Amino acid sequence: MNTKDNSGDVRLSGISKTYDNGFTAVQPLDLTVPQGSFFALLGASGCGKTTTLRMIAGLEEPSSGTVHLGDQEVTNLPPYKRPVNTVFQSYALFPHLDIFENVAFGLRRRGIKSVKQQVVDMLDLVQLGEQARKKPHQLSGGQQQRVAVARALINHPKVLLLDEPLGALDLKLRRQMQLELKRIQTEVGITFIHVTHDQEEAMTMADTVAVMNAGRVEQLGSPSDLYENPNTTFVANFLGTSNLIEAEVDSKSGDEIILKAGGGKLVLPEARCSAPTTTGGKVLVGVRPEKITLTPADDAGEIPAGRNRITGKIADSSFIGVSTQYVIDSPVCPEFEVYAQNIDRDARLRPGADVVLHWNPAHTFGLDAAQDIDAGVDIEEEAA
Amino acid sequence: MAVVRWFKRHFVVIAGLLTLGYLLLPNVIVTVFSFNKPKGRFNYEWQQFSLDAWKQPCGVADMCGSLSISLQIAVWATIGATLLGTMIAFALVRYRFRARGAINSLIFLPMAMPEVVMAASLLTLFLNMGAQLGFYTILIAHIMFCLSFVVTAVKARVMSMDPRLEEAARDLYAGPVQTFVRVTLPIAAPGIAAGALLSFALSFDDFIITNFNAGSTVTFPMFVWGSAQRGTPVQINVIGTAMFLVAVLLVLFSMVITNRRNKVKA
Amino acid sequence: MAAVTEAPPLAPAPEEKPPRKKRGRWTPYWLLLPGILWLIVFFALPMIYQGSTSIQTGSLEDGYKVTWHFATYWDALSEYWPQFLRSVLYAAAATILCLLLGYPLAYLIAFRAGRWRNLIMILVIAPFFTSFLIRTLAWKTILADSGPVVSVLNTLHVLDVTNWLGWTSGDRVLATPLAVVCGLTYNFLPFMILPLYTSLERIDGRLHEAAGDLYAKPFTTFRKVTFPLSMPGVVSGTLLTFIPAAGDYVNAELLGSTDTRMIGNVIQTQFLRILDYPTAAALSFILMAAILAMVTIYIRKSGTEDLV
Repeated sequence: MNTKDNSGDVRLSGISKTYDNGFTAVQPLDLTVPQGSFFALLGASGCGKTTTLRMIAGLEEPSSGTVHLGDQEVTNLPPYKRPVNTVFQSYALFPHLDIFENVAFGLRRRGIKSVKQQVVDMLDLVQLGEQARKKPHQLSGGQQQRVAVARALINHPKVLLLDEPLGALDLKLRRQMQLELKRIQTEVGITFIHVTHDQEEAMTMADTVAVMNAGRVEQLGSPSDLYENPNTTFVANFLGTSNLIEAEVDSKSGDEIILKAGGGKLVLPEARCSAPTTTGGKVLVGVRPEKITLTPADDAGEIPAGRNRITGKIADSSFIGVSTQYVIDSPVCPEFEVYAQNIDRDARLRPGADVVLHWNPAHTFGLDAAQDIDAGVDIEEEAA
Repeated sequence: MAVVRWFKRHFVVIAGLLTLGYLLLPNVIVTVFSFNKPKGRFNYEWQQFSLDAWKQPCGVADMCGSLSISLQIAVWATIGATLLGTMIAFALVRYRFRARGAINSLIFLPMAMPEVVMAASLLTLFLNMGAQLGFYTILIAHIMFCLSFVVTAVKARVMSMDPRLEEAARDLYAGPVQTFVRVTLPIAAPGIAAGALLSFALSFDDFIITNFNAGSTVTFPMFVWGSAQRGTPVQINVIGTAMFLVAVLLVLFSMVITNRRNKVKA
Repeated sequence: MAAVTEAPPLAPAPEEKPPRKKRGRWTPYWLLLPGILWLIVFFALPMIYQGSTSIQTGSLEDGYKVTWHFATYWDALSEYWPQFLRSVLYAAAATILCLLLGYPLAYLIAFRAGRWRNLIMILVIAPFFTSFLIRTLAWKTILADSGPVVSVLNTLHVLDVTNWLGWTSGDRVLATPLAVVCGLTYNFLPFMILPLYTSLERIDGRLHEAAGDLYAKPFTTFRKVTFPLSMPGVVSGTLLTFIPAAGDYVNAELLGSTDTRMIGNVIQTQFLRILDYPTAAALSFILMAAILAMVTIYIRKSGTEDLV
């Protein structure tokens, strides 16, 4: 395709939502989701991600700003006039209609008479051809989920909105459906906007993830970008686990920043620091647990030069199959987490042992120290 | 000892079945005495078996007329109360507005008020207005006391309804009217039906409020009341038995149908 | 690619709000209007008329006038306090009996009936479809002087005890307080069973097992777990039984005698036969006030204010 079709672009400009009771669910926000992409809005419950989705669907009126689909402004169009369909949380299948009629609902409302072939084809696509005459409550959770997807997709929407579509499924089925949805998206090429609180789900499925917190987008990017180079403590803690150390800027050499933490020195590539750095200023230094290597203190001499290092004492270790997770007590950070692959386990790495933690400086990232260091930690995943 | 233990274990079942017996005993008597051939004017003592009353159910003066009046009032009262009550229920569940508390108590109070109080006060209103007591005053009264029950039944159903279903309909190109007709109404239907059924039963069987506001119009319960003074014809028992049987059969029939439908589908 | 920036604080949102919101603002009032008007005109307004009637004086021939004659209340109370007292006592007795009889049946339906559950439910509701007057008249046959119930009670000398208590007199059950209470209990029993069943049915059966697992004997389980959890049903059941029973006059008229007249009978006679409207209105007002007061206190005490 040479002429790029942009009718499936979703453009939000300055859109916000403040409820009558004064609660602002979404702060003014600009966002463009390009045609054909799989876009995820990720955040804890109450962060405004579902409200954003509902404003795109037309189910919620924005307090300010506009919504565009391609070149068409849809801000004031009611949901039934928007070429957008939604897969609802817990599916919202019509309990009084059978599966066939559920799927045919949108076509019939648009006055299409011969729906039979389309519905049959769509049910075959989601492998539910046999179940056409059953009522929703007679299907399993995974089957209901597929009906919800079929019911939305049959209308060939420009954009498909998914509101926690997998929240009600058990872990194994969820994994399976993630791949299935990804496959369908690639097949139909429709823009998918997916709302979820499950960071793994967002990273597995989406090409672009927007992490939301308190009504704002904290950071937006590809999953690996967000994980490797978080810009805020919230993103660092919410996506996976991060060890954050408070450090002081000592000096700069070339494109590296030298930091003082505890008694030691740490190196941070300047490009990986999202905070302004002035000598003597504070920075939060982060490193992911799986980037760190543990060496018993006795062997400290064998550690290659040029690596960031910190000393500590193993407080706890738990074996979880593919890896072992250590909690290290260190002067710079009371609960340093380290994940080690179970390849050659060193018998000396036991609770109580003195160790040196070291990692490649290229894996270090720097954050503004003015933020809450624990933002995004311990946000309970809502059990659906 | 074994007897005591058996009794202990089955105490609830025994006591429950005894209560059930207490509830059903009058219906058994009504049925049995519909085959009686009483000596005097009253049908309280068993004399001899007879099918006379069943052969001529309308053989008593005015009884079937009163039955027809009761049916007409019940049908109109059901329609009126269901319509008005459903509207109120939707407004209460779906919208925020002023005076909510006052409206809720206005709906609750008729259910918490002894019938005789409502009956007497309504009569004072009609007397003060100089209204002609009869069919329409009865109908007005019945719609009034059925209304609250409909509101309660429909409200419960609409409240338990997932708001996302209507959103899904709107998302799937159904406008406001289509959404209401295709999704909201079918899902609220069991609640509305329950309210309507209750209205019909309450209206058809009402005596106290009707008695105060009927003027010279005689409904079926009023006919029965009058006959308790003048003499009870066996035909009353025939009507009572027939209503009981029709009700039980209808319910059983609908249960068998739903059971079979579920079995076929599963 | 996707881009995000924090938008600057917007100027006042453009006034292009869709009109659909505006139209919707009046919808609830249109929905409420006919029904609420009906209740105001035919329920609330009559109460006011009744209040005003109760303080009027005059006669049928010359018409009545509001003269703020509150003495009517005093006269009515001093003349008819026995009927008031009787109404409360009979209704209370019937309510307690309904609870004692209804609880096992509700429990049976909720936990022990298995596949019979629906059938028993039907049998509880079905009598409703036969006019309650016909069914109440059937008690005349059941409790007849020459009937089996009376002769059994006589043989067992139960009647001697009830005579001594003043519940019955002579060899009769009919035309005594016992018959009236029996009729009231019978008529309002389903109003007790249905709310009890609803609240019992919500109880998770595993709670019984948990209680048993924690060393509670069956009766202790009932006392400490089941009964407290069924309190909402008990409260609404007792209200649904007591209120109509206290205002009832059908059972007292059909199964009782002049010695068992309840306040409903008095109101009915005053209104429909004696045509002493002020006294009737005052009595009805007192009954309403008394019941509302009792219900309020009861709901407060039982701590279930959110049952309606």
